[in-house]
Amino acid sequence: MVNLVINNAKVSVEENTSILQAAKQYNMDIPTLCYYEDLNIKSDCRVCVIEVQGKKGLVSACSTPVAEGMVVYTNSPRVLNARKTIVELILSNHDTNCTTCVKNMKCELQTLARNLGIDENRFPSVFERCDIDENNPAIVRNPNLCIKCGRCVDVCKNVQGTNVLATMGRGHTMQVAPVFNEDLNEDFCTFCGQCASVCPVGAITEKDNTDQVWNAIMDSEKHVIVQVAPAVRVSLGEEIDQVVGNIVTGKIVSAMRLLGFDRVFDTDFTADLTIIEEGNELIHRVTTGGVLPMMTSCCPGWISYAETRYPDILDHLSSCKSPQQMFGALAKSYYAEKMNLDPKHVFVVSIMPCTAKKYEAQREEMSVNGVDPDVDVVLTTRELGKMIKQMGINFNGLEEQDFDNPFGITSGAGAIFGATGGVMEAAIRTVYEVVNKKPLENLDFKDLRGLEGIKEAEVDLGGTMVKVAVAHTLANAKVLCDQIRDGKSPYAFIEIMTCPGGCIGGGGQPYGTTNKVRQERINSTYRVDANMKIRKSHENPQVTALYEDYLEKPLGKKSHHLLHTHYHDRKRK
Amino acid sequence: MLLKELLQKYPKKEDQLIEILLEYQNEKIDHYISKEEITEVSKYLDVPESKVCSVLSFYTFFSDKPRGKHIIQVCKDVPCYVSSNIDVLKIIEKELGIRINETTPNQQFTLEFTSCLGCCEAAPAMRINDKIYTHLTADKIKAILSEYKVYM
Amino acid sequence: MIEMKLVSKRFGKINPLSIEEYIKFDGYKNLVNALSMEKTEIIEEVQHAYLRGRGGAGFPAAIKMMALAKETSEDKYIICNADEGEPGNFKDRYLMENDPHQILEGMIISAYATGATKGFIYVRGEYQKSMSLLKWSIDEAKKKGYLGKNILGKKFNFDIEVRSGAGSYVCGEEFALIESIEGNPGRTRVKPPFPTTKGLYGKPTLINNVETLATIPLIIEMGGKEFAKIGTPSSTGTKLISLSGNVKNKGVYEIPFGVPIRDVIYKLGGGIENDRKIKMVQLGGACGPIIPEYMLDMIIDFERFEEFDSKTGAGAIIVMDERFDLFDILLKIVRFFEHESCGKCTPCREGHIQLANLVIKFIERKATVKDMVSLESLARVIHQASLCGLGQTSPTAIISSLKYFRDDYLDRIEHPEKA
Repeated sequence: MVNLVINNAKVSVEENTSILQAAKQYNMDIPTLCYYEDLNIKSDCRVCVIEVQGKKGLVSACSTPVAEGMVVYTNSPRVLNARKTIVELILSNHDTNCTTCVKNMKCELQTLARNLGIDENRFPSVFERCDIDENNPAIVRNPNLCIKCGRCVDVCKNVQGTNVLATMGRGHTMQVAPVFNEDLNEDFCTFCGQCASVCPVGAITEKDNTDQVWNAIMDSEKHVIVQVAPAVRVSLGEEIDQVVGNIVTGKIVSAMRLLGFDRVFDTDFTADLTIIEEGNELIHRVTTGGVLPMMTSCCPGWISYAETRYPDILDHLSSCKSPQQMFGALAKSYYAEKMNLDPKHVFVVSIMPCTAKKYEAQREEMSVNGVDPDVDVVLTTRELGKMIKQMGINFNGLEEQDFDNPFGITSGAGAIFGATGGVMEAAIRTVYEVVNKKPLENLDFKDLRGLEGIKEAEVDLGGTMVKVAVAHTLANAKVLCDQIRDGKSPYAFIEIMTCPGGCIGGGGQPYGTTNKVRQERINSTYRVDANMKIRKSHENPQVTALYEDYLEKPLGKKSHHLLHTHYHDRKRK
Repeated sequence: MLLKELLQKYPKKEDQLIEILLEYQNEKIDHYISKEEITEVSKYLDVPESKVCSVLSFYTFFSDKPRGKHIIQVCKDVPCYVSSNIDVLKIIEKELGIRINETTPNQQFTLEFTSCLGCCEAAPAMRINDKIYTHLTADKIKAILSEYKVYM
Repeated sequence: MIEMKLVSKRFGKINPLSIEEYIKFDGYKNLVNALSMEKTEIIEEVQHAYLRGRGGAGFPAAIKMMALAKETSEDKYIICNADEGEPGNFKDRYLMENDPHQILEGMIISAYATGATKGFIYVRGEYQKSMSLLKWSIDEAKKKGYLGKNILGKKFNFDIEVRSGAGSYVCGEEFALIESIEGNPGRTRVKPPFPTTKGLYGKPTLINNVETLATIPLIIEMGGKEFAKIGTPSSTGTKLISLSGNVKNKGVYEIPFGVPIRDVIYKLGGGIENDRKIKMVQLGGACGPIIPEYMLDMIIDFERFEEFDSKTGAGAIIVMDERFDLFDILLKIVRFFEHESCGKCTPCREGHIQLANLVIKFIERKATVKDMVSLESLARVIHQASLCGLGQTSPTAIISSLKYFRDDYLDRIEHPEKA
């Protein structure tokens, strides 16, 4: 243990603790800005500077480790003056039009300035307006708001390894920009939105499509249906000031009806459907010498990554669409028929924890009639939160309601899609029983759960022990892809999720996502599963009914047409 | 030399990036690195293109836009400033008919600022490509520029 | 005679291209002696000499050497920092152009003493001549067995590689330099860890200025204690001074520490051109304080410079006569740092343009007392809160001018009509 003094209080902490963490343990919060739990220490913003007796200059609390006998002051006049000056400097190169800013009231800079009591800026504004980058379907980049904290570059470079964003130039004119200083585009960016997730201000956010949804709801000619992703039900509560991990499924359904949606459906349903199709596809490949390992295909960020960086292994990907897109395809065919509606009047909205889903929805393959998108608009969890507030709905006071049929009955397997390892676990629950023709005793594959980057497990399939792997973040995906490329992959089936923690850590989730938060959301996800009556996809009676009624059989002609897709070699030449 | 050939001279290690860019850019008559060249270097060294862009934009020697055959750099720091009886920049601007950060229409000269060149004992100084010229006078500057116009 | 030509003794006396001439003039004999000493002995001599870094920070060289020596990594590096970009400084250029082998000898001795396995000389991109000379000298030294494997028959391998800068002053900062060699933009790193623990390629690294390394052979020759007798107790030995500006004889002069600035300007520099009066003198470089004429009796000494709350031991003296205006000079200094800032930390990245705006107000006689207070406050915050040496020293000129040239400030505030 190391003993030191912070603000005249005796403090005792473990070696290698930073002054920032040490102070926090003793309920002394030092203001920070570029610091983000679980990311690299940058020491860029200098907001957390503090005074250490004996040192002439001020040092940053986030990067300075404690030392025996250190005497620290976090609020001396020198420190408070420096902190205020630093924030004034940041504000002098920032578009301070807060009331019309997308991050108003959610902005870390705004909160910091308020907490430091800044009511005037001694320094004139020197910020030069430049264009906003909004030429892609998912992410909006506003350099006028960037404070160069470096968080987005960190996640893009180190967590995802996609290396799209980088610092360009130096000094006052330094910018954070995509490669070649071009707009974000699908050649490089997977639209995973992790950059938006960590941005402290409004410099990177998701594209806001709420107006389109309001317009559709108000349009009497449109039959507006909405699907809700598994991860949303364990996270939306955070948008309405609830505790992390609160399960709010029933309230979401209520809120949707109040917002004016004609029907409220559950994406978990098509998650179950995905398991049937993908499970059968895996069995088919294993028994007929097909391409192995097979890789999941429900994550659009991963699809983009594979198409641009690993087009040579695209035939490993399952041809199944994602649950979102299976839903859209069914909505514009089966559902429209059943409801006697012209598919052109069916408007499909999906609520996703994900920004890449906005890109996925407008891919040209994702259209049953070849013209109109199957999913019309994708909203992130954050945008749904916005709509609920716009309507003035008292979310916490809502009663619990159920999803509509025919897409309302779901299994626990569908629910766990939101967590890393969930798709794999759901698939095994079905594949095991189909192949071995006997029930799986233990449904919980703990080896596949949790935040470890790459997880492995073994499954007994017809007497053979088959290895499977799960990876989350693209940096980890790369490891498994390289293995496949080198012909050294020992796995039969691989699940890849782009976002850390899986979809619950998606780019469209409530702000403040850290590993602690991810773990809470994951825990809730498995709680949802544990509390469900049906826990295996193939035991979902509505899924069975759908096949009997319409699709005929898994991997059949109708299934292929509606529920499967193909990929493109998008590697830059 | 083609970029491909030049790259072969270097080991495929990340730390060779700046040396490669320096040598290649020096060879090019328009003294810049194009988008395609960034991609080629990035592929060779197995470093992300965004990193090459980042390095290119950080160091003042590099440019991602075409420049003139001869890069003239004028020092604007204190020792040259106090040691000059002439306004080096104005003289060059007048001789070439361009302003700072511009290139002559015939693509022969680009005029830039540089930070202190480290020859303050012989100020005022300027740099043209790799050569440093010192003890500048109005006549000397005109003579140097003429040489470049005619011979190089 | 106040000059003391020890480190510069060969300037102009040998052909820098000729290793034979170097050897004839006491060259590499100190390496031979060092190789017969214990490694700890060598470091002890440097310690007795109390050699302090000659690049500006003045950090005791022996401490760095000991830190590197005790690291047990298989790879250890020594980097010679030849990124001399501080305006007003050119003494490293003189060393590289006139006596390149002395630098190599110093590096090789340091490598032997600390167990370093490879050396780099990072030269600013503008110094083409220096780079060529160093590369040539390295080849020559290799041929004679002073570099390479089993140097002079000992179990000691060491090689040196020259690396070029590409136009960035901040790459003279330790970690920015390391980043540059690694092929990255030159931005400093979070400290700790420090270079001697985790530096180039993540390995223990010792970085020294050109002049510091060039002084090592001299210390071996004289012995540390003798060396320490020269100069002052806090600043031992000699220093190469780069003298420029409005003096008659600009150039590099080697003097023992403790010589008054005035003597350098008048006795060595020959006084002011056209016999004008001195208005102000900047010490150390653009990152140094600006002092008035009446302070020129101050001696050149690290401790005295510390009183300016800055480390200005690089040794430049820039003399400015009465024709020049304080604020024009301050603006040029601020613009220099504005241009060279790497952009990583807020105070430096966003602060210099605001300093410039405030200085312009004084130039235009539109400044108020509030502006003067803001200027001083901002300068101090940049100085105290910046992440690396650039921001930590860039406001020194402003801060010193507020102390020593306050009347100039007040004149601008009180007499806007003179605009």
